[in-house]
Amino acid sequence: MSDYNFAYLDEQTKRMIRRAILKGLAIPGYQVPFASREMPMPYGWGTGGVQVSAATLTPDDQFKVIDQGADDTTNAVSIRKFFERTAGVATTEETTKATVIQTRHRIPEEDLTEDQILVYQVPIPEPLRFLEPSEIETRKMHSLEEYGLMHVKLYEDIARHGAIATAYAYPVKVEGRYVMDPSPIPKFDNPKMEMAAIQLFGAGREQRIYALPPYTKVVSLDFEDFPFEASKADACCDLCGAEDSYLDEVITDDQGGRMFVCSDTDYCRSRREAGHVGALGMAQEDAA
Amino acid sequence: MIEISNVSKTFTLHNQGSAVIQVMDGAQLSVAAGECVALTGSSGAGKSTLMRMIYGNYLAASGRILVGDVDVATAEPREIIQLRREVLGYVSQFLRVVPRVATLDVVAEPLLSLGVPAEDAEARARDLLAQLRIPERLWSLSPTTFSGGEQQRVNIARGFAHTYPAMLLDEPTASLDAQNRETVLSLIEEAKSRGAAIIGIFHDEAARDRVCDREINVSDFTPKAAA
Amino acid sequence: MTPLFQVKGLSKNYGTHIGCRDVNFDLYPGEVMGIVGESGSGKSTLLNCMAGHLTPDAGQVMFDTRAEGMKDTLEMSEPERRMLSRTDWAFVHQHARDGLRMNVSAGGNVGERLMAVGARHYGEIRDTAIDWLDRVEIKESRIDDRPSAFSGGMQQRLQIARNLVTGPRLVFMDEPTGGLDVSVQARLLDLLRSLVREMGLSAIIVTHDLAVVRLLADRLMVMKDGHVVESGLTDQVLDDPQHGYTQLLVSSVLQV
Ligand SMILES: [Zn+2]
Repeated sequence: MSDYNFAYLDEQTKRMIRRAILKGLAIPGYQVPFASREMPMPYGWGTGGVQVSAATLTPDDQFKVIDQGADDTTNAVSIRKFFERTAGVATTEETTKATVIQTRHRIPEEDLTEDQILVYQVPIPEPLRFLEPSEIETRKMHSLEEYGLMHVKLYEDIARHGAIATAYAYPVKVEGRYVMDPSPIPKFDNPKMEMAAIQLFGAGREQRIYALPPYTKVVSLDFEDFPFEASKADACCDLCGAEDSYLDEVITDDQGGRMFVCSDTDYCRSRREAGHVGALGMAQEDAA
Repeated sequence: MIEISNVSKTFTLHNQGSAVIQVMDGAQLSVAAGECVALTGSSGAGKSTLMRMIYGNYLAASGRILVGDVDVATAEPREIIQLRREVLGYVSQFLRVVPRVATLDVVAEPLLSLGVPAEDAEARARDLLAQLRIPERLWSLSPTTFSGGEQQRVNIARGFAHTYPAMLLDEPTASLDAQNRETVLSLIEEAKSRGAAIIGIFHDEAARDRVCDREINVSDFTPKAAA
Repeated sequence: MTPLFQVKGLSKNYGTHIGCRDVNFDLYPGEVMGIVGESGSGKSTLLNCMAGHLTPDAGQVMFDTRAEGMKDTLEMSEPERRMLSRTDWAFVHQHARDGLRMNVSAGGNVGERLMAVGARHYGEIRDTAIDWLDRVEIKESRIDDRPSAFSGGMQQRLQIARNLVTGPRLVFMDEPTGGLDVSVQARLLDLLRSLVREMGLSAIIVTHDLAVVRLLADRLMVMKDGHVVESGLTDQVLDDPQHGYTQLLVSSVLQV
């Protein structure tokens, strides 16, 4: 640990990133450019989120990392290890105990509190990029609030699929002003973004940070006749029986057997510990 | 209704040593409502030139060309456009239309541009085309493919679609058979009786005698130097 | 009647080269004005200065705005000008690919301007798009096809629908029939004429094609070396040209 400055980045860099974060909090949904640093991991592994976490963590923090809801993927484990080693912070898998949670592609099922910070890893921060490749033009569109194009994307969805087929990275409007990409979380998570915790978004390769202060108004874009729906698989968790959590479909054998399980592993575990049981729950508990 | 005084016309050929050709001088003419005046004179005397100046198609070098209360010699383009739309009709010898447009629409267009409802405009166009014996099967086709006589009748139908208070007719009966000639002459008589002031060029002397109240010999306006 | 659009003393230079110099005219509601000249005459520079794509060195480009009446568009803030250019103004490009989103369906292309001004009902947007496709003679069955699957004439008609869907009052057109073969041109001209009449549009059409202006334009401006050398009623300028350059142009001595 003594080989590194606390949380790897030097103080100068952390100050620069904190300034970007504060600016982002002051202008919710606005993409603040920042000078992204090389991190000892490849892009796509959450270098933006890691830098935001590094600038946010204090020695007293409890740090949690999830990848698609799970604490135990390679990506989550390596980022957790990285901060254990470079910051010496305590880590946890329990959502309620964590003070800083770095996430890729999910928001925990448990409601977050005012004492928590959620840090998102963002691959492509620009929601307009899909239809307008020019960065100069998209910046202008943001500054002039010209968001018709965003609805063109949803229109195309309905025209082609009969419904808004966008299931991830579903665009939102923040406080009636900026249109924002929520990172590739499932649209099921979109309503959770109006939360008590601070939400910070870091895009390393694209060098952008944006943020949502607590209780910010976040509205998913839609049409009057095709309203936004926070959909998920129409099933219950086969392990804990949860009806309200986002589910992953897991193939259990090569005979086409499958089961639905909570994508939020901590949520599922804590429910099972509290005695909730799903359709296939007993077997799993025996195995555990 | 039409009042022409001291009108002259020159053509300056900038690309031929700036030669200035004076073709008309001191033209005077007055046509009251309900009156039809024939322009006469030998070919090249300037009948068409004078008519084109009245329509604003040629620019008068000097003088005054009052149609209603608009002086065409000095009017702004938009005033002339409005004049042509509402007051001054022109049946030229040649039909000039957008290719592909159906005959019925060609005839109805002057009314549509006045804001007449499409149904009424079309009814009027049908009536005129029928009067002028254009077979109904041709109405939906573009007149660009028609024979010369058919084109001329379409042109007349278009020219008479709106009840203009002033009209210019350039050989309206040329290349028409007796029946259609009769129809055109009665259209002119109708226009006169509703008070239109008409200036026409008629090679057809019998037609001229029948519909025209007076004749003006355009040769009188030929510049003396050139004569 | 007050003008819809006024250009006063408009000048634009490129270094020492004159783009256009001291152009003045008024355009009234419902008027269609043609601007003709050879390439390099300044007609495109003038068009782009008027439409806000280029910043002129001097002059005013006044528009009779709905809210505040006559206003110099060059003095407007950028949001205001951009709002104008997607509501009351429209611009039809020579190349449809410059005026269309090639990776968006025909319906999406037509719907974009509606959504940009706040339309949020998919069914209504789609109905309007179908109506407009019909008006420009594109079959409803093509609504979900991308413009890349369309012929040149269809692309141009789609561009026109996309531009006119918000009911603009002033349309700028840059060689709208350029690059199309003659029969396709005729169809497009006919379409433009009837749309202009039905919607009471004012339009400014830049072209090198005298046949196009004869059919579409009420008035004509002839440009040479950045200057307006002659202007007037279209048929008068073409049939009785006063300026030596126009006489050359009309006699087709010049290959424009
Ligand atoms: Zn579960």
